[in-house]
Amino acid sequence: MESDEDFMSVGSSPDDFLDTQGSDVESLGDDFGDEFDGGFSKDKDIIATKRKPYEVEFKVLSPEDIERQQNVQINEVSSILGLPPESSAILLRYGRWKREKLIESYMDHPEETLEEAGLGTNFEGTPQTEVVSGFMCEICCEDGDELETYAMRCGHRFCVDCYRHYLAQKIRGEGEAARIECPGTDCHMIVDSKSLGLLVTDDLKERYKALLMRTYVDDKDNLKWCPAPECVYAVDCPIKQRDLRRIVPTVQCDCKHYFCFGCTLNDHQPAPCTLVKMWLKKCEDDSETANWISANTKECPRCHSTIEKNGGCNHMTCRKCKHEFCWMCMGLWSEHGTSWYNCNRYEEKSGSEARTAQARSRESLERYLHYYNRYANHEQSAKLDKDLYLKTEKKMTSLQSQSGLSWIEVQFLDTASQALQQCRQTLKWTYAFAYYLARNNLTEIFEDNQKDLEMAVESLSEMFEKPVPELAQLKVDILDKTAYCNKRRVILLSDTAENLNNGEWSFNVDW
Amino acid sequence: MFATKRLSKELIKIKEHLPPGISIVKSDNLEEWQMDIRVLDENPLYLNQIYRLKFTFNNKYPIEPPEVQFIELPTTSETPRPIPIHPHIYSNGIICLDLLSSAGWSPVQTVESVCMSIQSMLTANSRNERPPGDKDFVSYNRRRPRDINFMYDDDNI
Repeated sequence: MESDEDFMSVGSSPDDFLDTQGSDVESLGDDFGDEFDGGFSKDKDIIATKRKPYEVEFKVLSPEDIERQQNVQINEVSSILGLPPESSAILLRYGRWKREKLIESYMDHPEETLEEAGLGTNFEGTPQTEVVSGFMCEICCEDGDELETYAMRCGHRFCVDCYRHYLAQKIRGEGEAARIECPGTDCHMIVDSKSLGLLVTDDLKERYKALLMRTYVDDKDNLKWCPAPECVYAVDCPIKQRDLRRIVPTVQCDCKHYFCFGCTLNDHQPAPCTLVKMWLKKCEDDSETANWISANTKECPRCHSTIEKNGGCNHMTCRKCKHEFCWMCMGLWSEHGTSWYNCNRYEEKSGSEARTAQARSRESLERYLHYYNRYANHEQSAKLDKDLYLKTEKKMTSLQSQSGLSWIEVQFLDTASQALQQCRQTLKWTYAFAYYLARNNLTEIFEDNQKDLEMAVESLSEMFEKPVPELAQLKVDILDKTAYCNKRRVILLSDTAENLNNGEWSFNVDW
Repeated sequence: MFATKRLSKELIKIKEHLPPGISIVKSDNLEEWQMDIRVLDENPLYLNQIYRLKFTFNNKYPIEPPEVQFIELPTTSETPRPIPIHPHIYSNGIICLDLLSSAGWSPVQTVESVCMSIQSMLTANSRNERPPGDKDFVSYNRRRPRDINFMYDDDNI
């Protein structure tokens, strides 16, 4: 039915690349036998594949491309339905650019569709601005003999001046473009671009065009604006909302910004959008508080209320459940007998049971902090690396003069710095992802991959910080390490993406 | 000023003739007018009551809507004017009506047509209640009606 829909499911079908992947692995199996395929040949295979399992198909569109795209569709519909282009544009916007559906609805009920879209059914004549004798404008009540007037095909006539004021108010004041109605009461005819062209100044026409482009991109599910500041590009990607459980669609705009097509946040592979949202929310709510709670409090052994000891003796009475216990050993206070205020009973049964219960309940907090601290650490390090990146250029210049290397020969620093950024970004999100993963044998592999990448990144990061004179000697090492980091990243992402796609991961939350 | 000629004409027309139940009580200038309206049928909520509407025009009228609200005159005054009870009228006189927002407004609307719309909005109502959250809105709101983003969730009135 819907052409877009068809096109997408073919283009994006993740099974496509999985199929090729699968057959490659099989052929390897045939050659070497299963036991020789110890992961490495598979890894190599992933790197050799043209589109990697974690990559999605996308296209970057410039404003000109977007305009061209709109015009192509408008002209097509215009020639199919025999309507003027400016009317077809209104029809398409009304139907959110779902061409097939629109044409079908027009064929079935032409008049209702036109009426609903705000076009009316009268297509006779070409509206022009004109002087009409004996006319008085209903808006401003002017009635001079020279008064220029305009009416769209609905026949509601107003003076050109009022029309202009009205359109300016809508476009500039309210940011409206696609659905500006005739100024007449209860008339829902949409002001078309041709009428607008006759009436307003050039700067308003530009604004109008920009607003229309904005609604076009917003209306199309396969288009999104690049979220980078000042960026004018949009990205065309066939990944649908429902695919986001299985795919993390990172795209790169021509402005170099990497972002997730699903949620428009910065690249967050390998973690899926929903988990990213949950994680960010959790961090926003919890992390500072959780850190403090972990360091400064214990829980009541009976009701698990969190208690801060702010002075005084070891005899605690829980405010909430009135349970009496010893702060030191967490055991029942009643068992302390006469050794009050001097707890030496750490090994007693009641105390050790309470401590076990407490430990269990604290485990989830500690678990969260484990992942959070690593996540935050990579975020922080990425920031530091970024500062370093800004200094890279300076470094490169001074390296050129000190070592006699040419500009092209010092580019390895730039490459290394970019690799660092990207790998840290990935590592950061592996920790958020891991927090929500339920353990199975795949998580072991995942953690190994994570560890390998992490070690590679840290050693590259260390080399990168070396003073300039040493850098020239380290060139080969840095180049090797950079390549290795990138490779480890590809392996980690490919592995995670494949498992996600096949539904192999299990999670400890519902999403 | 853009509005001058239009408002003068509206005023002339209003002074000649107004629909039943609507009268103009103050039009000393072209910035603020006051109108009295009453409901014509036997709706017990509004029986024998007259209400006072205040219209404020800025220089973009009629491209932009006027600001319209009910104002209260105390029961002790010669002409007592309460705020009518209605699920879309706050007790401070602010009216939540699509017609008065820039999206619902048409420059062809007039003071007279607005009065008639409000009159019929009262006539059609049978609920003896204020909008939800009236108390909070009235005590916290310091904005002018034109700056409030109402949600027009009820298309029936």
